Amino acid sequence: MTETLLAINGLTKAYPGVVANDDVSFEINRGEVHALLGENGAGKSTLVKAIYGLVKPDAGTMALNGVPYAPAEPSAARSAGVTMVFQHFSLFDALNVAENIALGMDHPPKMTDLAARIRDVSQGYGLPLDPDRIVGDLSAGERQRVEIIRCLLQDPKLLIMDEPTSVLTPQEVDILFATLRKLRDEGTSILYISHKLEEIRALCETATILRLGKVVGGCDPRETSAGDMAEMMVGSALKVPSKPEATTGDVRLSLTGLSAPAPHAFGTALRGITVDVMAGEVLGIGGVAGNGQDELLLAMSGEMPVNPQMIRLSGKPIGDWAVNTRRAAGLLAAPEERLGHAAAPVMSLTENAALTGTTRKGLASHGMINWARARAFAEDIIRSFDVRTPSAANAAQSLSGGNLQKFVIGREILQEPDVLVVNQPTWGVDASAAAAIRQALLDLASGGAAVIVISQDLDELMEISDRFAALNQGELSEPRPAKGLTVEDIGLMLGGASASEGQSA
Amino acid sequence: MITLEKRPEPSRGWSLATPLLAVILTVLAGGLVFAALGYDPVATIRAIFYEPIFGQNSFYYLPQLLVKAGPLILIANGLAIGFRAGIWNIGAEGQYIMGAIFAAAAGLAFYPSESFLIWPLMITAGAVGGLLWALIPAILRVKFGTNEILVSLMLVYVAENILSSAAVSWLRNPEGMGFPGSRNLSQWDAASNPEIIAGTGMHWGVAAACIAVILAYVLMARHILGFQIRLAGQSPRAAAFSGVNPARLVLICMGVAGLLAGLAGMFEVTGPARKISIDFNVGYGFTAIIVAFLGRLHPIGILLAGLLMGLTYIGGEVAQQSLGLPLAAIQLFQGMLLFFLLAVDVLTHYRPKRTQRAAS
Repeated sequence: MTETLLAINGLTKAYPGVVANDDVSFEINRGEVHALLGENGAGKSTLVKAIYGLVKPDAGTMALNGVPYAPAEPSAARSAGVTMVFQHFSLFDALNVAENIALGMDHPPKMTDLAARIRDVSQGYGLPLDPDRIVGDLSAGERQRVEIIRCLLQDPKLLIMDEPTSVLTPQEVDILFATLRKLRDEGTSILYISHKLEEIRALCETATILRLGKVVGGCDPRETSAGDMAEMMVGSALKVPSKPEATTGDVRLSLTGLSAPAPHAFGTALRGITVDVMAGEVLGIGGVAGNGQDELLLAMSGEMPVNPQMIRLSGKPIGDWAVNTRRAAGLLAAPEERLGHAAAPVMSLTENAALTGTTRKGLASHGMINWARARAFAEDIIRSFDVRTPSAANAAQSLSGGNLQKFVIGREILQEPDVLVVNQPTWGVDASAAAAIRQALLDLASGGAAVIVISQDLDELMEISDRFAALNQGELSEPRPAKGLTVEDIGLMLGGASASEGQSA
Repeated sequence: MITLEKRPEPSRGWSLATPLLAVILTVLAGGLVFAALGYDPVATIRAIFYEPIFGQNSFYYLPQLLVKAGPLILIANGLAIGFRAGIWNIGAEGQYIMGAIFAAAAGLAFYPSESFLIWPLMITAGAVGGLLWALIPAILRVKFGTNEILVSLMLVYVAENILSSAAVSWLRNPEGMGFPGSRNLSQWDAASNPEIIAGTGMHWGVAAACIAVILAYVLMARHILGFQIRLAGQSPRAAAFSGVNPARLVLICMGVAGLLAGLAGMFEVTGPARKISIDFNVGYGFTAIIVAFLGRLHPIGILLAGLLMGLTYIGGEVAQQSLGLPLAAIQLFQGMLLFFLLAVDVLTHYRPKRTQRAAS
């Protein structure tokens, strides 16, 4: 018997118009944490879906423990010992932890036995979880634990994790890594997908790098610098955004005791958010998902009107203004969810340009839309932000995540806002596109706009923010200058300790 | 094994081809049903599709085609606007009835005046009647979150009861020897809706339907409201982000649909139907739903679908008269049309792909 757990040989999968995986071959050894690196659209998702039985490859073979392995569906993969934790959780909010786990198992045991096993396994791996709690009440980190424990209960040989840390605080990341190392020491292999190169350097022993569907190389992340890995992914040197010294001006946006009830059963209420944002500055708002980020953006965009005095734009109370009135006044927003919120999936890019640009770009007169001008605006965005698409007539859903994100952010920036609020501007976006988006946000701020970046990516926030504040259960901490903040400070801010406690700690 | 794979973008070609494919499948399946009922399928299909247009009695049937298609197109255009926005007005039949009653009542209040103002007054009253009837489910949805499908549908039955009470009591013809039904509006010059060109079936309602097609086309293709309607139907959260007010959209879409259905009722009661009677409504409001979908919710498509549907009505009558085909078989045939359209619609969004069955 060899050390190799999973051998992938010549795996190829083509979709109409694109070859997602082109003759991909690599091996995962027993008991290793193997990183899968690549830009968005490099074919990582297709590859792991093939391993997990969600996608049937056009050509190529896989062997698990030396035996040919071709799962027709995920249950076949699971019974062979391959499990996966997805980036987006598939959990039912209204059910409790044990019920959710039972739903994901092929042969669930009796509920009482299951609850006991959940307790055992979760304690054993340092991921405490109460099987009786309702999932809707759990934090993102705890939800991820549900998914991980669901996998662990099936005694996996290979655990696939897709961007697991994007929803975690630094402290939670440490706990997760400890768990993964323990699993590795017990002989479980882990295939780890992430954009965060520093994490990969801390955790993984081997890395396979994909670019445009092909394996372009491998490395030992412990001995390769993040910059070198990024270059292998992108194929060229990565441009790191340059942050000029901020010169701040007048207060552009002022939030005073911004409060709002949760818009739906599993939403978060905003509680007394107070902060001023100056012209020329970037305010970074960190926090674990589900702590009011979406609600804050809805309150800013005007989709969730609040008391007029709670939001002031250049002194004017606008809390109850409608969406397009705010746009006209210079307050623009870009929500987190690209498809379905920031953009309409089946509509063309031209139509999606008109989605927010009608007011400020004068795309309509007497109620009639000037589609030629809308198209010109869309083409301007595509050109200025290097959006890769055959034309402005293509549907938004045909673009890769990173390209659509560039389009969505570009659409707002090109409207020259006085205040721009963005939520998760580089979520799931590849390194070079993320750098371009961050640079554009910095340029916007240095041009005199006030920019609020809500993000769960702390590295990103540290890179571009002038001041940093944390959102916790709908409350915003006192903003602090981003320069000089340590990871511990941030962790405490995210964890809900008040700013003064954070300073004394 | 054949599996379906989602297309990156909906196919334009299939979106145009599926209505034709649906018609072909309906003809095939309908032929089988007619054969099973003991009728010659070829003769039946010929009676439905060929006789009204090319047969020896086509001089009689062709005008009837416009008479049938006119209200269908008018109503379906209004419905399609709401359907595009994800607002499901199923009660056009009721709005059609109320338009007719309002128009007849407004006109008859001035009988036997020959004022030229009566005709525009009746048009306005018909539009208002349909509009008000449609705003009931719209306001209930906006204010209380009720389901507009159920409310609009149930209001059809309310309208039918109002219709029969109008026909037997408060709008009954005082000179009608006690028979139910209102005065004959088409014999009263001030209120009649004659053919614009004699012998063509082209009455004012048909003209209104053509105008509605043009206006709906401009609205959906060019006007910002049309864009908002499409946005709200495809992606409600993106619509909210874009600044669409959903409550306003519900009121507008339901209102427009009701207004057009009311107009259709008005032109019908003053023209082909001649008067308010107990069985005045013949299901145009429901058939228009099929027409709207058969026409892919597109104004031009609805124009063609309305003509096709009108043809199945007329052809159905021909088949009833000449072959003795039961009415239920014709209605089944019309229902199959919508069924097949929705079934083949999957090809617009998915492509079939042949795959080998993987060993598990």
